[in-house]
Amino acid sequence: MKRPSLGAILLGLVPFAAVCFSVSLWDRVYPMILGLPFNFFWLISWLLLTPLCMWGAYRLEEPGAAKILRKKGRGD
Amino acid sequence: MTPRVIALAVIAGIVIVGSFIGFLARFRRTMDLEQWTVGGRGFGLVLVWLLMAGEIYTTFTFLGASGWAYSRGAPILYNLGQAPLIYVTSFYILPLIWEVGRRHKLQTQADFFQVRFGSTALAAFVALIGVVSLIPYVQLQLTGLGLIVETASFGGISRAPAMIVAFALVAAFVFVSGVRGVAWVSIVKDLLLLSAALVVGIAVPHIYFGGIGQMFTELAHAKPAHLVMPGATKNLGHAWYVSTVLLTSLTFYMWPHYFAASFTARSGKILRRNAVLMPLYSITTALVLFVGLSAVLILPNLSNGDLALLAMVRKTFPAWFLGIVGGAGALTAMVAAAVQLLTGATLYAKNLFRPLLAPAMTDEKVATLAKIMVLVLTLGALLLAIYSSLTLVSLLLMGFAGISQLFPGVVLGLFSKRVTTSGVFAGMTTGIAIALFLMLTERDPYYGVNAGFIALCCNFLVTVAISLLTRVKASGFDEVPDIAESQPGPVC
Repeated sequence: MKRPSLGAILLGLVPFAAVCFSVSLWDRVYPMILGLPFNFFWLISWLLLTPLCMWGAYRLEEPGAAKILRKKGRGD
Repeated sequence: MTPRVIALAVIAGIVIVGSFIGFLARFRRTMDLEQWTVGGRGFGLVLVWLLMAGEIYTTFTFLGASGWAYSRGAPILYNLGQAPLIYVTSFYILPLIWEVGRRHKLQTQADFFQVRFGSTALAAFVALIGVVSLIPYVQLQLTGLGLIVETASFGGISRAPAMIVAFALVAAFVFVSGVRGVAWVSIVKDLLLLSAALVVGIAVPHIYFGGIGQMFTELAHAKPAHLVMPGATKNLGHAWYVSTVLLTSLTFYMWPHYFAASFTARSGKILRRNAVLMPLYSITTALVLFVGLSAVLILPNLSNGDLALLAMVRKTFPAWFLGIVGGAGALTAMVAAAVQLLTGATLYAKNLFRPLLAPAMTDEKVATLAKIMVLVLTLGALLLAIYSSLTLVSLLLMGFAGISQLFPGVVLGLFSKRVTTSGVFAGMTTGIAIALFLMLTERDPYYGVNAGFIALCCNFLVTVAISLLTRVKASGFDEVPDIAESQPGPVC
C-alpha cells in the first residue's frame, strides 16, 4: 500500500489540532463573533478552513496517484 | 382541510415522488449482486458525493443533533467538531480501500477482511459486528420517521403505528431501488433537506429574536451554562468531547455502509476530491443546531428533546411547510435506512450465511437471501424502536462503540505487514467486551471519557501485542490479482 506523504499527513493534523485537542482553549461564549458564541464560531470556521488544508494535501498526494494509474494503464 | 391533513399529504407526496425516482433509476439496468450493492463501481464525483451525503446527513442530523442541542446544549458541539475530521480521515484511507476493492472485486466490508487476512471466520465475525451495530442505526431512522409522522399528524397518529408505516415504506423502497436508486433519490432529498435547513435555521431565530446573534445573546444571558461544555449534563466535559470526536471521526468510515460506499466510486481520486469538499455540507448541521437552541427559550418544556426541531417548525410555520420539512426528513430517513439495510442484509447473506452454512450458494441466491434479510432486519429494528426510549444520539453512539472496533483491523491491515489474524481477532473481542461491559453497567462515560474510545484504545493495544506474539501470514492484498483484473468493469 502506498502510504500518504508526510506533508499530506501534517496538513491533515492541522484540523485535528484545531477542533479536537485544543477544545479547552476555545470552548467559551465570549468574545462573540458575528453573533456566534466563540466555540460555535470556531467550529464553523473550521468547516470552511478544513477544505483548504485538504486541498493542499490533495495537491501533494494526487500527482503520485496519477503516476501509478498511468503505469497500471500501460500494464493492461 | 385541517393542518393535519395538509401536512401529512405533503409528506406523502414527497415520499411517493422520491421513491418513484429511485424506482426509475433502477429500472434502466439489470440488477445483479454487483449492481445492487456497489452500483457497478462506476459512480463519478457527483453521484459519490450525493450517495455519501445522502447516507451521512441522516435523520440523526436533522432531529437528533437539534434534539441534543435542546436538551444537553454545548456537548452537541462534538457533532460539529467531528464533521470536518471525518473527511480528513477518509482522505487517507478511502482511496486505499477503494484500490483494494477494485483489484480484488470486494463488495462488502467483510470481504476486505476475508482477502486481507484469508480467514473466513474473521470475515464472518466482522460481518456479525457490522449487522448488529447497524440495527440501532436503522432503529434511529425508524424512530425519526415515527417522530415526524407523529408531529405532522398533530398527535393524531401515535408513534407505534407511525413507525409501522415507516417500516413498510423503507422495506418497499429497498426492494425496488438498490444502491443506484438510493443515490438518485439522494438528489431530491439533499435539495429538500438543504433548503429546509437553510430556511428553518435562519428564519426561526429571526422570527423570535430578530436574528441568530440576538438569539445567542439572549441564550447567553438566560442560560450561560448551556453554551459551554458540559452544558446541561454533569459528565460530558472536555475529556468526553476529545474522546468522542476522536472515536467518531477516526472510525466513521468503519460503518459497513460507508465503507462499501467507497467501492461505488469510479476512482480513488474521486474519493479524495469528495473528502476535500464534504465538510462544507456540514454547515447545514450548524443551522439545525440553532433551531434546537432557539427552542430552549421558546418551548422550554418539551417531553422529548428529539421533538425540538419539528415542534419549532410546527409552532412557527404553516402546515404545508411542516409537510415539506417532514417530507425532507422522512425521505432522508428512508434513504439512510435503505442503505443500512442493503448493507446489513448483504453482509449477512454473503459473509455470514453462505460461507458458514451454504458454501455452494450462487450469487443470485445470495441476492435473494439478502432481500429476505432486509425484511428481518427492518422488523428487528422496528421492534426495538417501539420498545426502547433512548435518544437518537445515544443510539448512534451505541452503534459507534461497536463498529469502531473494526478500525484497528482495517488500518493496520492496510498499512502494516506485521498484523496477524489472531491479533485482530483478539483485539476486536477485547474491544467489544469492554464497550459492552462499560455501557451495560452504565459506566459510559467512564471517568469522563467516552466508553467506546476506551474500548478502541484497548483494542489497539491488544491487536498490536498479540500480532507481535503470533506468526505473520502474507497479506492477501499482495497476491497477484487474478486474470479477471484485465477485463475492465462496466463503465457508465
